[in-house]
Amino acid sequence: MRAFIRETSKVVVIPGVNCDTDQIIPGRFLKSDRAQGYGQYLFHDIRRTPDGELDPAFQLNQPVAEAATILLVEDNFGCGSSREGAVYALVDHGIRAVLAPSFGDIFYNNALKNGLLPVHLAAKTCQALTKHLVQFRQAEVVVDLQSSEVILPGNLGTHGFVIDAFARDCILRALDEIEMTFTFMERIKDFEAKRLASHPWLDR
Amino acid sequence: MKAQAASGRTLLGKIWDEHEILRHPAGPSLLYIDRDMIHEGSFHAFADLKARGLKPRRPKQIFGVADHYVPTLGRTAQDAATPAIARMIETFDENMRWGGVRHFGLSDRRQGIVHVVAPEQGITLPGLTIVCSDSHTSTQGALGSIAFGIGQSENAHVLATQTLWQLRPKVMRVTIDGVLADGVTAKDVMLALIAKIGAAGAGGYAIEFTGSVVKGLSIEGRLTLCNMSIEAAARFGMVAPDETTFSYVRGRHYAPSEQEWDEAVGNWRSLASDADAVFDREVYLDAADIAPMVTWGISPEDAVAISGHVPDPSQFASADRRKTVQKAIDYMGLKPGMALDGLKLDKIFIGSCTNSRIEDLRSAAGMINGRKAVIPAIVVPGSTLVREQAEAEGLAEIFRQAGFEWRESGCSMCAAINGDVIGPGERCASTSNRNFVGRQGPGARTHLVSPAMAAAAAVMGSLTDIRRKEGLV
Ligand code: SF4
Repeated sequence: MRAFIRETSKVVVIPGVNCDTDQIIPGRFLKSDRAQGYGQYLFHDIRRTPDGELDPAFQLNQPVAEAATILLVEDNFGCGSSREGAVYALVDHGIRAVLAPSFGDIFYNNALKNGLLPVHLAAKTCQALTKHLVQFRQAEVVVDLQSSEVILPGNLGTHGFVIDAFARDCILRALDEIEMTFTFMERIKDFEAKRLASHPWLDR
Repeated sequence: MKAQAASGRTLLGKIWDEHEILRHPAGPSLLYIDRDMIHEGSFHAFADLKARGLKPRRPKQIFGVADHYVPTLGRTAQDAATPAIARMIETFDENMRWGGVRHFGLSDRRQGIVHVVAPEQGITLPGLTIVCSDSHTSTQGALGSIAFGIGQSENAHVLATQTLWQLRPKVMRVTIDGVLADGVTAKDVMLALIAKIGAAGAGGYAIEFTGSVVKGLSIEGRLTLCNMSIEAAARFGMVAPDETTFSYVRGRHYAPSEQEWDEAVGNWRSLASDADAVFDREVYLDAADIAPMVTWGISPEDAVAISGHVPDPSQFASADRRKTVQKAIDYMGLKPGMALDGLKLDKIFIGSCTNSRIEDLRSAAGMINGRKAVIPAIVVPGSTLVREQAEAEGLAEIFRQAGFEWRESGCSMCAAINGDVIGPGERCASTSNRNFVGRQGPGARTHLVSPAMAAAAAVMGSLTDIRRKEGLV
C-alpha cells in the first residue's frame, strides 16, 4: 500500500446516505483480476444513465473530478457487503481520502489496509462543505494525517479528526501489517499451543 | 491475570478477553482467530499470500465452501452461467488444494452457503472467534461466538498468522420481550429493529440479542437475527449460548466429541453476560408491536408492516430525508401512499443465508395449501444437506407441485453474481437481506420479506398480508 501523509485536492461530492458497496462496485465485476485495475468499475451503474451513457449530472463525470483525489460522501458510506473491491475501485481510480460522518465498519478497515484514508467529519461540517462546494466547485481541501486535521476552504475552518493511533501509524508509514505481526510470532505460538491443548477439536 | 472488573462482563467481553494475545500500546488487540471460512471471493487473499511466498499457517482451522458463484441448475463448474464464473469456482478449488484447506466443493453433500454450512457442520461453536471475508459472518454469532466479516487484506493476515488486530466494539443489548404473533418471524423482528434504529444505527457496536423472544427462538431463528445485524451496521450479532445451543451443536462433525462434551458445555455456560454487565446502549422491542414486515425502498431500514403504505416524502421534516425517500420511491417504481398489501410482483426468491434453512423452507411450504405459484418463484436451499432434508420431508414436492423451481444450493439471487438475476424494472419479493439498488441485478426492485410472506406472495402474485387467512385459502 501507499503511505498517506497529506493530500490537497478538489473534492468530488457523492450524495446519498447508506451508499453501499454494491453501488461502489456492482457484484458482477468482482471476478476481475486486480492487475487490470478496478477504477473502471467505480460507481459503475450509478455513474450511467439507464442506456449506459455516462451521466453528466454525476459529479465523478464532471471536469472537477478529473484530478480530484478527495471524496465527500454521506452517512454510513460503504455499508453492506465486505467486498474489498469497493476500496480497490476507489484506490485505482485515484481517490486517496474519503470524508464522511460515518462509514461501514468493514469498509473502514479495508480502506486503511489499502492506503485510502477514511476521515470522520461531523455531519454538519460535511453539510457546510457540500454547500460551499456548490458555489465554489474548484475549492480545495487539505487532509493532513500527521496533524489529523482537515483544512476546509473559505471560512469553514480547520477540523481535527479522530483515527486510532495504531491505524494512523500503519498508514502514515505504509506499514506491512503481516510482517509487523510476525514479530510477535513467539507470543502467538505460546498462546496457540495453550488454546489448542484446551480446545483439541480445533486441531482436527 | 486480568484485573477484576468493577462490573460484570458481557458475552462479547468474555470471549474477547479469552482470545486476546496482547494489546498494542496504540489500542487494538491482537486476537487469536479460531476458525476462518473461505469462499470464492477470497481469491485476492490467496493471491496476496502467494505473492509473499507464504502458505496458510493453520490449514486445519480454515474451511472452504463454494457458494457465491455456484450454479443452482447443475453441480459442475461447467453448469455456471458464463466461463468467467466457472473460472471463479475452479480458482477456488485450486486455491484450496494449494493451501491444503479442507473444502466442500460443488459435488460435496456438505456444500452450501458458508453461513449455513458452518453451523451445520459444527464449525461454528460457542466461545470461538470466527472470521470470513463476508459481511454476513455475523450470522454465526447466534451460537454464542464472536463471528465477523473481514476484507481480503484482513483475511490474508488471518491466513498468514491465525490472528487479527481488532479494536473492541461497544456492545448494544437488544432485548425483545413478549410473544410473537402468528406469522411473525425472526426476519420480521430484524426488519422492525432496523426500521427503528436505522441502517447505520448500530455502527461501531456488537449487538447482543436477548429477552424472552430470543430465548424462545430456535437456533435457526437466532441465525436469522444475527445475520441481519450487519444491515443495522453492527459487524457482530450474538446470542448467549444456552440449552437450545448445546443440543443444536451436539454430535456435529467439527464439534467437541462425546468425551469432551461435558467440559466444553461447562465452559460455554459461563459465557453469558453477567447480570451486572454494563452495556453501552440498550434497545427494547415489544414483540406485540411487530407485524409481518416488508421493505418498500432501497435500504433495509425502509421497512414497514405489510398493512402499511409507501411513505410520502413531503411528510419528512428534513430535506435530506425527503430526497432520499423520493429517490427510493422512484427507483422502486412506487407512488407515495400506495398500499403494500396487494402490490403486484414479477418474481419470488426464497433463499440466502438469512432464510434458507429447513425451518424457513417448512414455513414457506406451509403457506402453499395446494395452490399454485402464479409468478416465477425459485427456492434455493441454504445447503445441499438442507436440500436433502427438505426432499425427505416432502417439502420439495410441495414446492414442485405448486410450480416453484426447486434449485441446488448457493447464494443465487441474493447477490446475483452467479448469473441468477432479476431483470431491470422487475419486482421481486425476496427472503434475502439487501434491497440495495441493483443488488439482485441492474435495475432490479427488491422487497425483503420472510419465507412465509414470500411463499404467500408467489401464490397471490402480489405482496399479501399472511395474517388475513381468508385471502389465502
Ligand atoms: S446468501 Fe447472500 S448475503 Fe449470504 S453470503 Fe451469500 S451473497 Fe452473501
